[in-house]
Amino acid sequence: MTEQTHQIRLHVNGVEHEAAVPARRLLSDALRHDLGLTGTHVGCEHGVCGACTVLVDGQPMRSCLMFAVSAAGHEITTVEGLARPDGELGPVQQAFRECHGLQCGFCTPGFLTTITAGIAENPDPTEDEARDMVAGNLCRCTGYQNIVKAVCRAAELARSGEDGAA
Amino acid sequence: MKPAPFDYARPGTLEEALQALAGHPEAKVLAGGQSLVPLLSMRLAAPAVLVDINDLPDLDHVRVSADGVRIGALARHAAVLRDPDVARVQPLVPLALANVAHATIRNRGTTVGSLVHADAAAEMPMVLRLLDGSLDVVGPGGRRTIPVAELYVGPLESSLHHDEIAVEAFFPALAKHTGVAFEEIARRHGDYAMCGVAAVVTVDGDRVVSARAGYLSVSDIPTVVDLTDALDGSISDASLAAAAEVALEQLEPETDIHATADYRAHLARVLTARVVTAAHENAREARS
Ligand SMILES: Cc1cc2nc3c(=O)[nH]c(=O)nc-3n(C[C@H](O)[C@H](O)[C@H](O)COP(=O)(O)OP(=O)(O)OC[C@H]3O[C@@H](n4cnc5c(N)ncnc54)[C@H](O)[C@@H]3O)c2cc1C
Ligand code: FES
Ligand code: FES
Repeated sequence: MTEQTHQIRLHVNGVEHEAAVPARRLLSDALRHDLGLTGTHVGCEHGVCGACTVLVDGQPMRSCLMFAVSAAGHEITTVEGLARPDGELGPVQQAFRECHGLQCGFCTPGFLTTITAGIAENPDPTEDEARDMVAGNLCRCTGYQNIVKAVCRAAELARSGEDGAA
Repeated sequence: MKPAPFDYARPGTLEEALQALAGHPEAKVLAGGQSLVPLLSMRLAAPAVLVDINDLPDLDHVRVSADGVRIGALARHAAVLRDPDVARVQPLVPLALANVAHATIRNRGTTVGSLVHADAAAEMPMVLRLLDGSLDVVGPGGRRTIPVAELYVGPLESSLHHDEIAVEAFFPALAKHTGVAFEEIARRHGDYAMCGVAAVVTVDGDRVVSARAGYLSVSDIPTVVDLTDALDGSISDASLAAAAEVALEQLEPETDIHATADYRAHLARVLTARVVTAAHENAREARS
């Protein structure tokens, strides 16, 4: 039996892509293999680790728990879409660099997308709120201390960025 | 691992969705996918057809009235959780929902999907049982309401027919002079609990006239126990201990990789006392 493929359009980081995928293609795999956007990482593939988190219409979601065919028609943002338009690091990326929020970097894309949405919703998180924001993501090497610091620093950078732009 | 091949339909109307299901006994509904996709990836399920209901219109509602909360099949956990009217009319719903998975999973997972999935480790099936709610489903024969007493028939098994789609859940409003509480112990906040307990307590003055508790992750289906007689009208160390023993007689704690049966029984005892006390407190505050 040859498997039926679906011709889909995926809007990713503001760019429209075409792909032919079987219905069972996970969004995480479509991003990595069909579109070549390998910034999204795949760890557990059942929703537990958070490495594959992307933004779907601005909300963090697990790309390993969505099919690419279901994502068609939605606006996807991956870690590749978080830099500023001029290529400079975005506030969350900058904060991770400053606060040593990563070591091997495997978990980092999922943290960056999750925190980007988190500080958009809560621009001035307390330390507890910062902890809660990243509670669904696993990191095996950094320890969460520096990641929590990075959340607070990212929020600070994002706030000053807005003031500066206004 | 990856899911096995399946045919995929993403209908735009409820009628089309029912047709897609009717043709295939091996078809399954896909809502948020937060339970189904892991099952497919691990190949614990391999349906021939998936009917993705995410494009169906008018199913993402959260409607609140004096008699209770109605939650549509496409309302995500996150939307229900942040609705202030839900918290006002039935505070147990958000108390429990805050413990369902992590925020990212709640952005996609649906409350109705969780009810249909019928996991005894999940919060919302237990809460629906404790509050005596119901689920509305639509099938080839039309719409019917399944009272929760008839919904849970076995481990991970609800009484929906394979060609039915759940469209709306109903959680009754908090009654007068009544308080609620919820608490669970998980290894990490947001993970499935090793034991969770919710209580609904009704008072007349300080006197307890009714007390019920619901248990998750202790037996293999969500379990509700009436503690009214055991408490005998009042909250004390002795009456709470008696109530916990009555509850444990009806629970069948099991050993798994996370906790032994004895430890689960211990958690059930401790949490019963805590939530019944808290719900009693909550009922007295509501009165004043
Ligand atoms: C890492 C992780 C942690 C989690 N932790 C928890 C937790 O602590 N507590 C908890 O309760 N849940 C937890 N969940 C599960 C989550 O709450 C799911 O959202 C929920 O169980 C299922 O909802 P869904 O919309 O994703 O359903 P799906 O996964 O799409 O479907 C689940 C089942 O229900 C059926 N179904 C769904 N909707 C309908 C419908 N409208 N009509 C007919 N059939 C339908 C499907 O066919 C399938 O069999 C967790 C999930 C993950 C990935
Ligand atoms: S790869 Fe998706 S959550 Fe782990
Ligand atoms: S930096 Fe290595 S897993 Fe997080």
